[in-house]
Amino acid sequence: MNAKTSNKIAVATLYLIALIVVLILLSLLGYILYNGVPVISWHFLTAPAKAFTAGGGIGIQLFNSFYLLILSMLICFPIALGAAIYLNEYAKQNWVTALIRNAIEILSSLPSVVVGLFGFLLFVVYFGLGFSILSGAIALTFFNLPLLTRTIEDSLSAIPDAQREGGLALGLSRWETVTKIIVPAAVPSIITGVILSAGRVFGEAAALIYTAGQSAPALNFADWNPFNISSPLNPMRPAETLAVHIWKINSEGIMPDAKAISSGSSAVLVIAILLFNFAARFIGRRLYKRLTSS
Amino acid sequence: MDNEKLKRELFRPSKAAKQERRGKFISFSALALIVVAVSAIILFVTMKGLAAFTQNHVNVIDFFTGRDWNPSVKGANGQPEAGALPMITGSFLVTIFSALLATPFAIGTAIFMIEISPKRGAKILQPVTELLVGIPSVVYGFIGLMVVVPTVRTLFGGSGFGILSGTLVLFVMILPTVTSMTADALRSVPRYYREASLALGATQWQTIWRVILRAATPGILTAIVFGMARSFGEALAVQMVIGNAALMPTSLVSPSSTLTSVLTTGMGNTVMGSLQNNVLWSLALVLLLMSLLFNLIIRLIGKKGAMK
Repeated sequence: MNAKTSNKIAVATLYLIALIVVLILLSLLGYILYNGVPVISWHFLTAPAKAFTAGGGIGIQLFNSFYLLILSMLICFPIALGAAIYLNEYAKQNWVTALIRNAIEILSSLPSVVVGLFGFLLFVVYFGLGFSILSGAIALTFFNLPLLTRTIEDSLSAIPDAQREGGLALGLSRWETVTKIIVPAAVPSIITGVILSAGRVFGEAAALIYTAGQSAPALNFADWNPFNISSPLNPMRPAETLAVHIWKINSEGIMPDAKAISSGSSAVLVIAILLFNFAARFIGRRLYKRLTSS
Repeated sequence: MDNEKLKRELFRPSKAAKQERRGKFISFSALALIVVAVSAIILFVTMKGLAAFTQNHVNVIDFFTGRDWNPSVKGANGQPEAGALPMITGSFLVTIFSALLATPFAIGTAIFMIEISPKRGAKILQPVTELLVGIPSVVYGFIGLMVVVPTVRTLFGGSGFGILSGTLVLFVMILPTVTSMTADALRSVPRYYREASLALGATQWQTIWRVILRAATPGILTAIVFGMARSFGEALAVQMVIGNAALMPTSLVSPSSTLTSVLTTGMGNTVMGSLQNNVLWSLALVLLLMSLLFNLIIRLIGKKGAMK
């Protein structure tokens, strides 16, 4: 077989493989949206779930997902920012830094179920926080920290050194240079990174089933005092999120319309993540335009 | 008399210097916190995972080679039946099969994206794969339950739950990850490699096969190992389609289980500190060690690739 024929065969095969993969991926997306979107209605998005009868919604789960996301981001973001600043601006190239980077790598490759079990052991049992939003948020923080740290560090290291030199030459301290010049310049890509990692946190379930729990007690949406047990803002209540809900009703659900509800919930999850993706790109680009002169 | 005061004033650290020290300290504490968290996870899971062997005197060799998993029952030798081989086998089988299945598709798609049709790659394939990397694993599990399990049932008989369904779900789940990482590896091959090869008269396929794939091998291997690590650690998507029977898999369609599936279903039904609970933590320890091993392999590949 001469080289030209084999080239043609190979390229044709590659076309076929790419086509198959696109078909698999698109039919996956299509299946989720086709089956799920018709289920979505205002009632479905706001009504509480029903355990034994059809017609329940995902209101509480949806609220829990967002609340947990915001809470874990509030814990996670300052830590990740601090760590990224130290790694990128202060850390020297030595074995301690190498070790620390290694530890972050390890944390990012840990299976999320292991992170969840650790959260269960330490926060739910030893610290007595119980199945609660707080335990879940801390577990999600562990899950999200390495990735967020790395994204922020990448954003910081993308800022040219001339900016740092400029700051130092003006007599600013290193810290002032970082907080007044480098971080503001990196804001667009930091925000993109934060939103993208929010999408990942939003769909996480394995780290939550033993930390935030698998039940969604009724909430009183008129009561916004975080110390009341039925208040949506109470961080000590158990909170099943949307992703956990899908898993839960499929493994032990007894409601007659479990299939429809999971389809709808899957579609809501996927649409939310699509929105996160678009928002990340859009806001990142917008901010970049506004904050830079280009 | 004013000299002393002046001296003190002059030698006192400035406001900026104090701020600098404080800032450095705060950012270092954040970093230290991450390191403490990692150490704590490894320490606690190891301690809990060893409890079954140290406190409950489960035999380590029996644990890794025993085929019967029923920790609440004592076996013929007076030891609890805590043989984890079925789960370990299940985990390895789904991991290896899904990686074997995903690798050719991922490499093919990545080559198509980068080498053959960069325009369409950038317009269609890249956004789709990037989006699918972010799809939650429960959604993959749910689709597996709705589509893969019934299909496997009609085609191959049995209940449809088992290694095959788990493999297929994981295949689709890791495909976007491995594809986009492979594409990154291909993208980092310098342009002049391609130009040199084509200038020597090589066809496009010869260039891809003999030059680009060779040059990108460390990156591609990293992508595959990364995909395997994801398969091995995936819990819910697998748990939903594997059948959850702690038995040695007799065929690809017999209900079985993985380390993660037993952990997710079992942890809630056992009492903290009991033998039944401790052996579950031993499974978690196996999972942790495997994840460390995958990490090590990725580092070794990186080092080898960098030396060239």
